[in-house]
Amino acid sequence: MSAESKDQATLPDEATTVLDVRHLPTFAFGPRSIMWWSTMGLILIESTVFAISIVSYFYLRSVASAWPINAAQPDLLWGTVNTGIMVLSLLPNQLAKNASERKDRQACAIWMTACLLCAIAFLVVRGFEFATLRVNWDTNAYGSIVWLLLGLHTTHLITDALDSAVLAALLFVGPFEPKRFVDVNESGMYWYFVVIAWIPIYGTIYWAPRL
Amino acid sequence: MVGAASVLSVLLLVGLVAADVLTDHALSGLPAADALHVKVVGRQWWWEVHYGQNGNDAPTFTTANELHVPVGRVVIVELEAADVIHTFWVPNLHGKKDMIPGRPATIVFRADRPGAFRGQCAEFCGAEHALMAFPVVAESRADFQQWALRQSASAVPAGDEITRRGQALFQENDCAKCHTVRGTDATGTIGPDLTHLGSRQSLAAGTVANDHANLAKWIAAPGSIKPGTTMPATAFNDEELRSVVAYLESLR
Amino acid sequence: MMPDGVHRHGDHLLDGGLDQAVVNALARTWSDPPSWTGALSAINHKTVSRRFMVTTFVFFLLAGLFALAIRLQLARPDNHLFDPDLYNQLFTMHGTAMMFLFAVPVMQAVALYLVPLMIGTRSVAFPRMNAYAYWVFLFGGLLLFGAFAVGSGPNTGWFSYVPLSGPDYSPGKGVDIWAQMITFTELSSLLVAIVLITTILKMRAPGMTLSRMPLFVWATLVTQFMVLFAMPAVMFGSTALILDRLVGTHFYNPANGGDVLLWQHVFWFFGHPEVYLIFIPPLGFISSIIATFTGRPIFGYPAMVMALIVTAFLAFGLWVHHMFATNIPELGKSFFTAASLMIAIPSGIQIFCWLATLCTGRIVLRTPMYFVLAFFFILVLGGLTGVMLGSVSLDLQVHDTYFVVAHLHYVLLGGAVFPLFGAFFFWFPKFTGRMLNERLGLWQFWLFFVGFNVAFFPMHWLGLHGMPRRVWTYPAGMGWETMNFVATIGAFTIGLSVLLFLINVVLAYRHLPGAPSDPWNADGLEWTIPSPPPPHNFDRLPVVRSRSPAWEENTSATAIGGLAADAREVLITSAVEAKPDLRVLFPTSSIWPFISAVATTVLFIGSIYTPWAVVWGSIPVSIAVAVWFWPDKNDTQTALSLERHP
Repeated sequence: MSAESKDQATLPDEATTVLDVRHLPTFAFGPRSIMWWSTMGLILIESTVFAISIVSYFYLRSVASAWPINAAQPDLLWGTVNTGIMVLSLLPNQLAKNASERKDRQACAIWMTACLLCAIAFLVVRGFEFATLRVNWDTNAYGSIVWLLLGLHTTHLITDALDSAVLAALLFVGPFEPKRFVDVNESGMYWYFVVIAWIPIYGTIYWAPRL
Repeated sequence: MVGAASVLSVLLLVGLVAADVLTDHALSGLPAADALHVKVVGRQWWWEVHYGQNGNDAPTFTTANELHVPVGRVVIVELEAADVIHTFWVPNLHGKKDMIPGRPATIVFRADRPGAFRGQCAEFCGAEHALMAFPVVAESRADFQQWALRQSASAVPAGDEITRRGQALFQENDCAKCHTVRGTDATGTIGPDLTHLGSRQSLAAGTVANDHANLAKWIAAPGSIKPGTTMPATAFNDEELRSVVAYLESLR
Repeated sequence: MMPDGVHRHGDHLLDGGLDQAVVNALARTWSDPPSWTGALSAINHKTVSRRFMVTTFVFFLLAGLFALAIRLQLARPDNHLFDPDLYNQLFTMHGTAMMFLFAVPVMQAVALYLVPLMIGTRSVAFPRMNAYAYWVFLFGGLLLFGAFAVGSGPNTGWFSYVPLSGPDYSPGKGVDIWAQMITFTELSSLLVAIVLITTILKMRAPGMTLSRMPLFVWATLVTQFMVLFAMPAVMFGSTALILDRLVGTHFYNPANGGDVLLWQHVFWFFGHPEVYLIFIPPLGFISSIIATFTGRPIFGYPAMVMALIVTAFLAFGLWVHHMFATNIPELGKSFFTAASLMIAIPSGIQIFCWLATLCTGRIVLRTPMYFVLAFFFILVLGGLTGVMLGSVSLDLQVHDTYFVVAHLHYVLLGGAVFPLFGAFFFWFPKFTGRMLNERLGLWQFWLFFVGFNVAFFPMHWLGLHGMPRRVWTYPAGMGWETMNFVATIGAFTIGLSVLLFLINVVLAYRHLPGAPSDPWNADGLEWTIPSPPPPHNFDRLPVVRSRSPAWEENTSATAIGGLAADAREVLITSAVEAKPDLRVLFPTSSIWPFISAVATTVLFIGSIYTPWAVVWGSIPVSIAVAVWFWPDKNDTQTALSLERHP
């Protein structure tokens, strides 16, 4: 990891009595920061949850005689619209991430707000998605797993929207310190995960029944 | 030293895997032609048994909580569950197989010597999992045929006064809502078929011996023999209870 | 280079000196606040871990009492001491509490105390999240025991197979509470896993490269990664179960396209690795104890580490061997048989390495060592029966019989509880500053060892003679009477042994603390600091140059200097080489993790009664978490004054 080396102290020889670390920085981006590790841990956990849910979808499909069970195929429109918005939202997300690495508080605040607006847009469209699944969660197991997949992802949208809101507020008014740039950066990484995780879920919910 | 011990362990384990696969293969190789087909449905907390479902195995009849098999003939048991998961297990005849709702399965075995073997539920299935057993009787082909023929017949008509009185009580009270006695108006299907109850070895799914005292106790207060059973207590007086017991004992 | 003494940087007092003022400042900085609000705000890893350990141990005692009740009921045939419903609650509570509320969390709890001491740092990562994880765990456990106390405990077994646990066959709240308890404990476990992984990978003392990490820390690291992959499966399963029960979904309902076996797959995809979550950390205890009492480092360190990692991978390939009696294709069964037998190989390698260590070292027999030696005896027996169970044809006979009860107790008590008691004896002076009585310890050990074998060995025989598991009673005349009675005597002997341990602890607390910093001449960094450690753990943070730092003269030669002593500054090092990289300001004590945990509890428990609780319950949770995250002005001032950009 070359990024790690530039500020690191080298180990002293055995005769040295004190290894002075005063000159070390107090924050850094990427794997050097412990925030990166907690975000990665969260991403690993949630990827596992999504993977298990998708495997369960296909498992239930394998034991069913017809799929979807007694239901029409889900309407493609709103899910696809939402996929489009999500991919577009990666732009303000990346700009917020870039701004954090430039340590530009104002730009961070603006782009975080843009991300927050995107998140609100998905949540509204998500409402239409639930309405056009054409099956209820209590109709049969097909309805149950589809609602669970969509519900799980929506939970991530909601928590990430809340997270973005708090962070944006902090950037505008809060007691600020530069290590918050790391938080903005990690929040951006997490947003990438939420969008990328959506792609297989979108494929499963909307396209798997058509195959 | 550590290396040698590790290599030895690996060799031993590989040998065990091979032995396991071969044993499995041998066990699953019973011939299916000329097999007797029986269907057993696991229920909370008793066993519903259907003979002759396969067409070529006349006669056809339904019984409960007791299995008869001919010695030397392969038996294919189709397993189903009506409510929760149960497991069909007769330790002295073969291993166990789960009865899973929505996933029919079969277990294949052959009794090589005559005798009575105890079977029991091996998957926890609720309050009375412990008291869900059944006897398996392995007998000669001739004895088995005779048994099957008798089981397939309708119930013996009530002969004397006390059994007629018992049948009337059985019919008028709630008994007939849950139990079938073939050849009578009792056609309930919630509880076991009682057409030949008198011929069975045990009561309450292998819980107690089928004798006069136990039968009376079971009808009057099922919970005292099997707490949590789905069979409700009855409110017969002594005379009524004697009549019902006499009736059920006559169903041989 | 800096001479010893007091140093200042701006307004800040710096550590690294030997001056008492620095040490006092460090102790003040890292202490938990006083009074009862302070107690609820505490985030020092040792405080949280001590609470965690005591809580899990209390759950262990309660679950043990349930076990004694079970043995009383089974002591003789046709016994009507308990009715079937209460008995079913008892064995469900015993299994659930032992697995979810004791065995997995106690290992994390011990690691939360020891890991920072073993790797030479002042805290765990994310100490507030750690405190939150503890509170969530506590409330989940209280929910389960509270439900049992008011008579609506779960009664469908610790595995809660559907459809028995589904809406049609288990009305009442017992199973809902069971499923939400899973949500509580797994949430807690997952958060602690993140805490421990980050701590281990980013907070090791300079010089403690991955290849110098103590084996206990390795075992903990491997275990926490397993947690990340195993726990989500059971959370998915229990969430689907509770949805089936509360809002009418059909995940497990075959009548509407659901599938009963889906539950078994997700449960055992978690449940089998869970055995290794319980079993791997004690391998670390054993390595520490054996190294100490043979006076030499563990033989074959790289092989030990590889064996841990291989075990973790294989553990995810075994789950189907719990389902051999279901209708799984034969080829699949052969694969899982092979995997089940192969996992014996890494365990074997570790045992051989320990034996080699024992053979080449000078063995000192103290109480912890007795427990470790018993581990070898018991675990080998449990491992052998495990190999037997891996074979399909054998498994079909003994599956769901007392043979499996014997096997799993040999593995879990032999593999985890014996080493755990050894570990308690070994680290008790470090945790409390007091020594446990050696003679009482030996009495406890022998009672435990004999009682254990008397209780569980006959169960092999019972299983081979056809006694099924989870039966509230059994008929006379099956030939099971004697062995059951013997097993009950054994169980009460174990109870007596645990009572002796409690007495030993009480007696130890009647003395003033006076344990030396290293009563055993052990090799880890934790033995270079006082017993119990000061709030900040290390007066001078060490630099590490070997795998056995406490045995090396030159470890104490170099210390870290230049971190603030009057603020919670922590040294972050690189993941592999442990080179000093950042000095990060850690959060101060806060009551908001506690309040957030209370809000989370309201949400979870509310959701058992109405699905809308998920909606209104999330409002207080969001507010509490936002306030928790919102920085304090003073803390921000401190951060700005220490700040240095990369």
